[in-house]
Amino acid sequence: MWDYSDKVKEHFFTPKNAGAVVDANAVGEVGSISCGDALRLTLKVNPETEVIEESGFQTFGCGSAIASSSVLTEIIKGMTLDEALKVTNQDIANQLDGLPPEKMHCSVMGREALQAAVANYRGEEWKDDHEEGALICKCFAIDAVMIEEMIWANKLRTVEDVTNFTKAGGGCAACHEDIEAILEKVLAEKGEKFDPSAAPIEKVEVEKVKTPLTNLQRIKKIEEVLNSLRPQLMADGGDVELVEVIDNTAYVNMTGACNGCQMSAMTIAGIQQRIMEVLGEFIRVIPASEMKKLVNIAH
Amino acid sequence: MPDIYLDNNATTKVDPAVVDVMIPFFLEQYGNPSSIHKFADGVAKALKKARGQVQELIGAEHDSEIIFTSCGTESDSTAILSAIKAQPNRKEIITTTVEHAAILNLCENLEKEGYTIHRLPVDKCGRLNLEAYKKMLSDQVAIVSVMWANNETGTIFPVVEMAEMAHEAGVMFHTDAVQAVGKIPMMLQDTKIDMLSLSGHKLHAPKGIGVLYLRRGTRYRPLLRGGHQERGRRAGTENTASIVGLGRACELALEHMEYENVQVKAMRDRLERGIIEQIPNSFITGDLNNRLPNTTDIAFEYIEGEAILMLLNKAGIAASSGSACTSGSLEPSHVMRAMQIPYTAAHGTIRFSFSRYNTMSEVDEVLKVMPDIVAVLRKLSPYWDSVTNEPVANPEAAFTPTFK
Repeated sequence: MWDYSDKVKEHFFTPKNAGAVVDANAVGEVGSISCGDALRLTLKVNPETEVIEESGFQTFGCGSAIASSSVLTEIIKGMTLDEALKVTNQDIANQLDGLPPEKMHCSVMGREALQAAVANYRGEEWKDDHEEGALICKCFAIDAVMIEEMIWANKLRTVEDVTNFTKAGGGCAACHEDIEAILEKVLAEKGEKFDPSAAPIEKVEVEKVKTPLTNLQRIKKIEEVLNSLRPQLMADGGDVELVEVIDNTAYVNMTGACNGCQMSAMTIAGIQQRIMEVLGEFIRVIPASEMKKLVNIAH
Repeated sequence: MPDIYLDNNATTKVDPAVVDVMIPFFLEQYGNPSSIHKFADGVAKALKKARGQVQELIGAEHDSEIIFTSCGTESDSTAILSAIKAQPNRKEIITTTVEHAAILNLCENLEKEGYTIHRLPVDKCGRLNLEAYKKMLSDQVAIVSVMWANNETGTIFPVVEMAEMAHEAGVMFHTDAVQAVGKIPMMLQDTKIDMLSLSGHKLHAPKGIGVLYLRRGTRYRPLLRGGHQERGRRAGTENTASIVGLGRACELALEHMEYENVQVKAMRDRLERGIIEQIPNSFITGDLNNRLPNTTDIAFEYIEGEAILMLLNKAGIAASSGSACTSGSLEPSHVMRAMQIPYTAAHGTIRFSFSRYNTMSEVDEVLKVMPDIVAVLRKLSPYWDSVTNEPVANPEAAFTPTFK
């Protein structure tokens, strides 16, 4: 059986806010085709303040789908719609003390139900922006669709390329056969042939730092590293922006598709790794949303 | 009440009598059966005895038709790869849509290498169409591989008849019988089955031991070449303790064959009858009149299997599910899909599989907790109206999530 955290079990065995909210004025219904799970989220939104006063869920799904739904309803209660929209699937997973990689899609389903409910309240039509495929890399939770898209967008040709651009295959390496199969398929569609011994795409190399840096130099160097990583992020419809550097902590904003993406935590970890390699010192990379609010000392 | 184990199609408890006969081969007679000294004394003899016990259970004509392997999967791979290697001009394989992954994934891989795989579909009760099968047989087919009984539903396939048909067409026939051996009687010497796979841990022997039955005279190419073990047909030092254990397990299975088909079946029947009577919108899947005596697979509509299993586990009951989320692959059970079970039911299938260690009071315990478990989850389901305790009117239309 899955290695579920105690939090997941708690929310599964004693779910919060189960059932539909009476007089709901926002309803989101989404399902995940890959596992057949489906969720209906009902909200009662105060029309004056746009605060979510009540939230309820009905879920057809496994233990982690029910737990994700339950914790989501707890997270968003009392939030305004705009605040609620900032809730990421990672937030849902974090509140549950993590989910197995195969089950991350349950948290994605929760976030999407929320978006759908808000769209429903606002009279908009919610459109899903990403397709989900079979899970290939279990170490980094990367699916076939993402790998295929990256191969197309970046003209990848080798397993090493795929690992460099998506992290897939960068852990235990057991999925390399599957990645080769995807490369074979996509390259065949492009009229090319997969060559296992082809040279990988050269990385944009940023010169490594050898001497101690001033803070300004450090910021410039971090910018340089971000610029070198930007093409990969943009290929995936996202971007990154450096907000502040305080001591050895760099605060970044993940924007576009990166914002709230299932992979954003992984991406940030990758960015941190790259920055540390180049700067040769320990640097923490943290989402700017976690930065302490700036206090205006003039007051 | 102690925990209740109803997942015997997944694996079984090793019979204490089996453990007893194995222990000397770890601690005393641990010599290599090929060696000439007292540590190996009697080991070769013990292997021969075990071979005879397996032969007896499956009704093989000769004990040399028994090849010990490491597991059912190895036996399956050996059988199919042997057939295509021995007949390089035959580029087709016939199998079914409901085989175990040990066959399906191997065939899928061979497909990439250029083989044509014919996958026989099943009807809504999980039965094969023998007319369609007959049309597939030709001199292009290297091997037919059809499971004797399905692991999820317990449905038994007419492999004896299908082997006859293959034989008439000059085609080799293999059956993956890991679920059937020890549960239903068989007499291979009276059939045209060329190869059969069995697995020790499905019949109260340990994990890590299997058998490939190879009819004398069947053209064969080993998977593992090396030493002279198993007459050169499966190289590698013999897993002596497990082979001896498997032999004893086969002997016990034969002794309990009637018990399995009377008492064990009675427990299974009582459980499924009780569930269907008490729980609305539940039904048994597979071919009800033609099943293994120990297996029942029940679909609980509008709820999901993993959630059911977690609640069962909390109540101390072990079973398994054909739902997507329990497989680790996120794919709904291919067996349920092949039988065209709607997904609102396929995801809520639970398999209870018995053994001779189960008791009627365990059945009663499951019947006591099952209705509440289903009710709790249905309360959460968007397809269920907990006020009327019925599915919502026209469920598929009442809840239409955006699927992606």
